[in-house]
Amino acid sequence: MVDKNTKVWESIYDIANKVNNSELKAVDNVNKSLTRINDLDGEYNAIVSLIKDRALSKAQEIDKKISEGKNAGRLAGVPFIAKDNFLTFGSESTASSNMLKGFKSPYQSTAIEKLEAEGAICVGKANLDAFAHGGSTENSDIKVTKNPHDTTRVPGGSSGGSAASTALQYTPFALGTDTGGSIRQPASFCGVVGLKPTYGLVSRSGVVAMASSTDVIGPLTNTVDDAALVLDVMAGPDTLDGTTIKRDTESYDNTKLTLKNKKIGVIKEYFNSDNDSEAQKIVNESINLLAKNGAVVEEVSLPTLKLALAVYYIIVPAELSSNLSRHDGQRYEYSERNFKTLEESYTKSRTVGFGEEAKRRIMIGTHVLSSGYYDAYYKKAQIVRTKIINEFNQVFKKYDCLVGPVTPSTAFKIGENVDNPLHMYMQDIMTVSSNLAGIPSISVPCGEVDNLPVGLQIICQQNKDSELLGIAKLFEDLNK
Amino acid sequence: MSKINREQILKLARLSKIELTDEEVEKYQTELSEILDYVELLDSVDVSGLKPTYQVSGKTNAVRADEVIRLQASPDELKNILPDSQGRYIKVGRMI
Repeated sequence: MVDKNTKVWESIYDIANKVNNSELKAVDNVNKSLTRINDLDGEYNAIVSLIKDRALSKAQEIDKKISEGKNAGRLAGVPFIAKDNFLTFGSESTASSNMLKGFKSPYQSTAIEKLEAEGAICVGKANLDAFAHGGSTENSDIKVTKNPHDTTRVPGGSSGGSAASTALQYTPFALGTDTGGSIRQPASFCGVVGLKPTYGLVSRSGVVAMASSTDVIGPLTNTVDDAALVLDVMAGPDTLDGTTIKRDTESYDNTKLTLKNKKIGVIKEYFNSDNDSEAQKIVNESINLLAKNGAVVEEVSLPTLKLALAVYYIIVPAELSSNLSRHDGQRYEYSERNFKTLEESYTKSRTVGFGEEAKRRIMIGTHVLSSGYYDAYYKKAQIVRTKIINEFNQVFKKYDCLVGPVTPSTAFKIGENVDNPLHMYMQDIMTVSSNLAGIPSISVPCGEVDNLPVGLQIICQQNKDSELLGIAKLFEDLNK
Repeated sequence: MSKINREQILKLARLSKIELTDEEVEKYQTELSEILDYVELLDSVDVSGLKPTYQVSGKTNAVRADEVIRLQASPDELKNILPDSQGRYIKVGRMI
């Protein structure tokens, strides 16, 4: 059980400052993380591999640099955990799949490189639904992570290991990826902050691709300030990812806002009788808190959001079926060597290497892209996507941000949804639209129902990440 | 509820280069039919005059010179992570 009252780590800003001032040693921080993981993770299964030797040698380098009077960066000696779909040196990068079991990457992801350049140290890799396909980590080919607040429940997914690690304070932050809610939903289930930035703000180079038009990278942290600082280090164009966009010239971790006269729209379509009523009540109270403190709060309708999940479950399988075609048994890890023809090797490797959910999604994607079905499914979905984007653009003319729940309920029981894929997909109903529109969204802890965390989702216009973080920070302060 | 028939599942499996057992064929037939029934929600929406969005940030071709821009690992380090090698060469399965 997670002890919410014990603060294991100071803010990331303070840790880095203390390391730079020789009040803390990077090596001690790394050892503290490794010890904590070793002591606790037998119960929670959040971590799939440790990066011990490399982390300790990086930490020694940082301590040495500081002893020579140099500054070791804005994240000096801050340990972190990366979701296992990030390519990293010093351990395997498996995406929690049998296909990539044993895979050691010849390069690191840009996000990790940028964090390392500022002195952060990756100490381990977190569990996920294999290839990030899922919302509970139950699709992991390695193990199921347990919710730190109740071990009979899921931590959410697909970044479930990252969210659980952050809630258990293994490290001050963890990295996740969000294709349809995979940072925000587990953050909400585990009671941590989860940020999905604007599409293209953080380079995806060196992250196992799921759906290229909606995948984003973001941090899971214990405070909004920490999330803003980590985003600030990772954000910006990268020649290795042609979809990256320009970042703000101002830093993302220094936004000063006031709620007075901020116009906030409450998304009508995200409140309905299918939601858990107690969790919905907490979200409503949170929104009232914003109104009481000066924000102008109004209900707003985006009617096409009802179709977002259907759009998502066409576009995403289509893109991932293409992205996963590279796993043919010849180039990456799992390879079936007992074959007569090359075709047989492809098929045998994919049959063994992919789990049930990957196969399900590859076949849906293949179907919606097939000749004769392409216009009816794939093209139609991309057109409805335009309609969703237009509705968002329209409401953002009037509102500074939109708010609503992150999920229909609090964390569900392990096993509860595994036999019904469509029911599992419904978990994403309030998160996918932000991915389809490429707009930034965050889940901020806002309360609890029966000791299970509830998150408030805040959504802003494209490239308004700074505004999003500013409003999230104001809410976090009010809700203390 | 038989939106997708058995033959279609077998064709999709073949195109996807995945082998299915008889039980899996049946299971995926039911599940994919349910999922495709659900996405039929889109049939109800009026999209006249709208164009598809394939890329949300409006960027088009991003090009760069085809040159090495950074070497993160040395040749020796690369050799250490290869599953199979001989001398300076990578050993792969026979393709033809």
